[in-house]
Amino acid sequence: MTSLPSLPTPKKLGLVIDLDTCVGCHACVVNCKEWNTGGYGAALSDQDPYGATVSGAWLNRVHSFEMIPDGEVVGEAGEARIVHFPKSCLHCEAAPCVTVCPTGASYKRADDGIVLVEEDMCIGCGLCAWACPYGAREMDLAAGVMKKCTLCIDRIYNETLEEVDRTPACVRTCPANARHFGDLGDPDSEVSKLVAERGGIDLMPEQGTLPVNKYLPPRQRQPLSASAGLLEEYMLKEDAGDATGFFGWLDKMLDRI
Amino acid sequence: MHPASSIILFTTLSGLGYGLAMMLGLGLLDPAHMATKVAHVLALALISAGLLSSTAHLGNPQRAWRALSQWRSSWLSREGVMAIATFVPLTWSAWLAVIEGRYFWLPGLLGAAMSLVTVFCTAMIYASLKSVQAWHTRLTPACYLLFAIAGGLVLTVFLAACSGALTPPLAVGAVVALAAAWTVKVKWRARLQEAGPLSTPESATGLGGIGRVRLFERPHMTENYLTREMGFRVGRKHAAKLWKIAVALGAVLPCVLLLVLGMWGLGGVAGASLAALALLAFVTGLLAERWLFFAEARHAVMNYYGG
Amino acid sequence: MKPRERVALSRPVADEVRKTTCYMCACRCGINVHIKDGKIRYIEGNRDHPVNKGVLCAKGSAGIMQHYAPARLRAPLKRVGPRGSGQFQEISWEEALSTATQWLGAVRADDPKKLAFFTGRDQSQSLTGFWAQQFGTPNYAAHGGFCSVNMAAAGIMTIGGAFWEFGAPDWERTKLFVMFGVAEDHDSNPIKMGIAKLKKRGARFVSVNPIRTGYSAVADNWIGIRPGTDGLLILSVVHELLKARRIDVDYLVRYTNASWLVIDAPGTAEHGLFARDGEGRALIHETVTEQVVPFGSKGARAALSGRVRLDDGRFAVPSFQLLAEKYLDDKYAPEAIAAETGVSSQVIRGLAAEIARVAFEEEIFIEQPWTDMNGQRHQGYVGRPVSFHAMRGLSAHSNGFQTTRALHMLQVLIGAVDCPGGFRFEPPYPKPLSAHPTPHGKAEHFGSNTPLAGPHLGFPRGPEDLLIDEDGQPARIDKAFSWDAPIAAHGMMHMVVANAHAGDPYPIDVLFMYMANMAWNSSMNTAGTIRMLEDKDEATGEYRIPRIIYSDAYASEMVAYADLVLPDTTYLERHDCISLLDRPISEPDAVQDAIRWPVLEPDRDVRPFQTVLLDIGARLNLPGFSDGHGRALYKDYADYIVRHERRPGIGPLAGFRGSNGDREGRGAANRRQLQRYIENGSFFSAHIPMEAQFFKHANQAYQDFAVRMGFFDTPQPVTFQLYQEVLQKFRLSAEGLREPLAPETHRERILQAFDPLPDWYRPLGEALVDQREYPCHALTQRPAAMYHSWGSMNAWLRQIHTRNPLYVPGPICDELGLKDGDWAWVRSHHGSIKVEVARMEAVNASTLWTWNAIGKRAGAWALDKDSPEARKGFLLNHLIAELLPPREDGMRLSNSDPVTGQAAWYDLRVRIEKADSSLVSDPQFPPLAQPEAEPRPDELRYGQEWAQ
Repeated sequence: MTSLPSLPTPKKLGLVIDLDTCVGCHACVVNCKEWNTGGYGAALSDQDPYGATVSGAWLNRVHSFEMIPDGEVVGEAGEARIVHFPKSCLHCEAAPCVTVCPTGASYKRADDGIVLVEEDMCIGCGLCAWACPYGAREMDLAAGVMKKCTLCIDRIYNETLEEVDRTPACVRTCPANARHFGDLGDPDSEVSKLVAERGGIDLMPEQGTLPVNKYLPPRQRQPLSASAGLLEEYMLKEDAGDATGFFGWLDKMLDRI
Repeated sequence: MHPASSIILFTTLSGLGYGLAMMLGLGLLDPAHMATKVAHVLALALISAGLLSSTAHLGNPQRAWRALSQWRSSWLSREGVMAIATFVPLTWSAWLAVIEGRYFWLPGLLGAAMSLVTVFCTAMIYASLKSVQAWHTRLTPACYLLFAIAGGLVLTVFLAACSGALTPPLAVGAVVALAAAWTVKVKWRARLQEAGPLSTPESATGLGGIGRVRLFERPHMTENYLTREMGFRVGRKHAAKLWKIAVALGAVLPCVLLLVLGMWGLGGVAGASLAALALLAFVTGLLAERWLFFAEARHAVMNYYGG
Repeated sequence: MKPRERVALSRPVADEVRKTTCYMCACRCGINVHIKDGKIRYIEGNRDHPVNKGVLCAKGSAGIMQHYAPARLRAPLKRVGPRGSGQFQEISWEEALSTATQWLGAVRADDPKKLAFFTGRDQSQSLTGFWAQQFGTPNYAAHGGFCSVNMAAAGIMTIGGAFWEFGAPDWERTKLFVMFGVAEDHDSNPIKMGIAKLKKRGARFVSVNPIRTGYSAVADNWIGIRPGTDGLLILSVVHELLKARRIDVDYLVRYTNASWLVIDAPGTAEHGLFARDGEGRALIHETVTEQVVPFGSKGARAALSGRVRLDDGRFAVPSFQLLAEKYLDDKYAPEAIAAETGVSSQVIRGLAAEIARVAFEEEIFIEQPWTDMNGQRHQGYVGRPVSFHAMRGLSAHSNGFQTTRALHMLQVLIGAVDCPGGFRFEPPYPKPLSAHPTPHGKAEHFGSNTPLAGPHLGFPRGPEDLLIDEDGQPARIDKAFSWDAPIAAHGMMHMVVANAHAGDPYPIDVLFMYMANMAWNSSMNTAGTIRMLEDKDEATGEYRIPRIIYSDAYASEMVAYADLVLPDTTYLERHDCISLLDRPISEPDAVQDAIRWPVLEPDRDVRPFQTVLLDIGARLNLPGFSDGHGRALYKDYADYIVRHERRPGIGPLAGFRGSNGDREGRGAANRRQLQRYIENGSFFSAHIPMEAQFFKHANQAYQDFAVRMGFFDTPQPVTFQLYQEVLQKFRLSAEGLREPLAPETHRERILQAFDPLPDWYRPLGEALVDQREYPCHALTQRPAAMYHSWGSMNAWLRQIHTRNPLYVPGPICDELGLKDGDWAWVRSHHGSIKVEVARMEAVNASTLWTWNAIGKRAGAWALDKDSPEARKGFLLNHLIAELLPPREDGMRLSNSDPVTGQAAWYDLRVRIEKADSSLVSDPQFPPLAQPEAEPRPDELRYGQEWAQ
């Protein structure tokens, strides 16, 4: 139903995405497309696939952002950097896309919190895509229905797959291990522990959507220049000097072998 | 947001239709007059045209009936239910006026009230979206309701002028409604321009701690559904110009013409022409206002698309 | 009604899973191809596969769209319009094959060198090379010369192995990983998986790269170096390590030529060469007995410094003394090189300090007794957990050979080659230089209807092995192994079209190419190359390159320039072998190879190129392909893979040999071999015993294993060559001291580039242009979601990279008033391009860059001629000349590394100017007519028939 299930759902299945590890390779993007274009619901169509205005429906996309530290750019610490940013449905607890749906096609599953579209009921009004601040929903222009990440519901419960493969296609294929799947409602799950350890965050908390998916921010970096002093310590200990001094040291070393 | 002509037409036409229906429901026009009969048919036609044009953007219009099911939670569903329900008193009133040439307060007042609620539901579809900050305010339904009333009055003035029944209070009433609508609209737009963004690339990515965040590369190089639907961005200069046109045509010109009509009580062809001009100006201004309503609204998702 | 109950949760994915090997790039991952109703339902990574362990990248995941792309060629084609028009007529295979046989047969009888056979992204080089050798032309190579031969040559000549795909960091144990100049490349999934492992363990990852995307974006530290100066940075780190005494002296004495005595006899033909005994063994100075004895003498305590008098009265010093003296010089001090590299001295010191700290204070010890080649028993493996990886950023410069040598020297100095936590060899590497062939192709090596005397490619041991005639003129069409590029170990494919067009060193009759887009992104000076392919001899009206045979699966730009097109299958429709004879997929712990097999049958009149090559070989009666009476020895490539033997018991595949399929490495051919591979997931893996896993270059157990597996017939240990004597021999030739003498025109260049110790010089392409006129660098990076030009015909991948902007550093944008979406002219000494720009801050301040090979020619790849790829996409290739600017004497040499002939793509210097807004990039070319391709749909709904 369009109304949200009573919260919290017993399970909160979702993804944890590690921004410290994602190299922006788009593996998850394309693997998602190929799994889902023959899977749940209508195919993910592509319009003008070999033409000038090629475009298609995708359930997961990788954006790239550049961060420019404030103030003058000096040395390593102040340098600009790139973060690759995969994004798909966050399966929000307070999913605004669900409550706006006029037909009941959009719903959040009471058992596991997955947000789904019942495509036979979807009229393709697009309002749910408007309601989602994350851009997680894309209309399939050929079928006229709204498509979104199903968390690979036809994989994670699929008893014809080996247990180890009952995970979303994006997670299984990610070469950089930047995507993790699990129950974020269970504080002892691997994903919950990751979120706790790494300070996982919500996207746009101000929208009040209570996303289930979490993002792990890039880890703190230690600049290389901070180690420069160490080398000077080594040199002082070894009475640096010129080549002659070096060969003297070398002879001592050879004696020890 | 992309200013889709189907939706602009829908809100403009149905707003006018419901506004007119309200005035008819209040019995502001002589039910026996030919123009009133036309007005009833016109109101229904405008509402129907609006509704039809709104289904034009559906991916699966054959399933549109399903949209009536979720009235408990969805403003779009409520709007659909109300729109259909409102047809009952409006058709009843229209029947009485067209066939029997009389006004009956029960369907009239009921129709007026339900029209108001329907317009409110339409407005709430937009106002309920937190993802579109510009729309997410009580001022949005206020604007929609006041524009519907003002539009209904301008249309009523025109029809009254056509039937030679224009009274100064009606014209002044229209001016007052126009003034009220545009005053609220000015506030609405000031809020849009003054409020800092609710969501930013920093909050959208959670990366603000590292520095200022800007999009480096879009996920795909060509436009997609999201950028076509929500990535529309009107130029600042273009918007300012269009706003001036909207105000000039939608507010200033009709007010001046209506005041002229009201003060001098012009009748006949001249009065009807002036009223027609006022109506035309208002509708054009309103279309510009509606276009800007979408075009100036920024969707939160554009934080991910550099828009 | 509760809708959720209507979700079918347990639908079987497909009817059948067929396991094969991916070919969407050079990574060669295992894939599970799920087949439903005879179509591909889904392609995923094979969890059991040693390369990718289940993961799969964007390209691999887009295999469906590659397989069904409308750009697939459908039948053999004969050109009917002028070259470049794209006008073809479909012909039968019989006509195609007899035409090819006729052209090639005439050449073979007349003068075999008039065939130039070059293959591009070929994964069957052991077959194509063998074919060319049997044909007898000296003119064969794959595309390594414009790819990354500097990596291979420098690695093999220094440590007997290379980064590339011949070794890998010890991802499980390394604690500091430093990567130079790597965007997406070979080993793309293993690198991503490796980085994830490092991140999980908290190991440090430093990336040296002018551009901070991809891997560099997640690195703990990014060093945004100025292109072409990595060598200086590395030598400065070496300088600091020497000064800080953080080197592994024990390792140097045992495993390197540090102690080898270098003759000090200036002005003689042996100056700078190693002192050797009568048996050719290098000599060392034994300090206890004060004797000069051969390296490897039991119990000898070798000196690493000190001048010593040899028996013949000449003086010599250990090579390490020369090394230490060279790099202790203050010209390598961080302060001295900071300006040139754009890296602050504190960062260089910090890098050196971290390398030193991790190597020597975080040492690993694995208890595992092993025996070295001198018979000495060790209690375990000492690991210095610092590892390195490098690719194009080093190798695509004209100083890339020396820079890569410098990096290997750094690894060796800290004792971090093939140790736990360091860089580890992947079998069949390490392999010493002496185990590689010398090149063949001199006049005495070939003749009419005769096979070439030996393999085309190899490593010259000195100028005497060059492929030149008495006048010093090149014997090969690409001038590989000539004075221009003496150690061009992979040939120089990028010079073939230009040289053949110019008839320099001689004209050819037939150019035969496979999977190489020379009429577009694979050539420098693309517009010029197109003109050369189209150019006719005014006197005869014939094309200057008279006949071009080309094989490809797709309607690439090059297809339009062929006279005869042999359509290949897709990678899912053919047999292939990823062979230990060629470029295997081994891991440091295991010997591995793999196959592809037709998981789908072709639905067009196409044939696998390898099978076609076997057919042509048989028709030409080539030994090894025909029984001498015109009968083919092999039915098809699958038959060849199983039955061909290079040496007795050694064939293309190492697994499941012997009549029972139970032999590994060596064994008789097994008729069921391919079946066994398929049953095993299309790969074979043999684990290396633990006592053989490290220090393979000097590990007796490993060497025995290598012999058992058939890599070698006798043990081939490697002594790391920090000082490279081969290079010194070329210098002696250039000094006029050693025969054959280098020509005057090349002497200065050889003296500069052939330093026997790793060295840095300014890239040639940069040194010859005015740096004030061209103040910027311009580079390309390979995107992770597109493999070279192979991807624009793929409806999914092309949405990710539909066009390519030029990324411009923020300060340059500010200076020129450039905003995203503005247009700019980029000009080099060679040409100009007009392109759309985008701003970027996380990039070296003088470096402009774009994604590689996204721009396409209108009409190619079965795309609409108004596609963004053609309208807005662009190539940097138009700015890069295949020749360097003229020197003072007017001579123009190849734009390549002077040692290896590696194409110097990244030497490019440019300037940028704001341009008027535009709708199309410049230059534009007339649209190609499209060969009769499959219909191009307006909409794709792949998999709709399976929708629930």
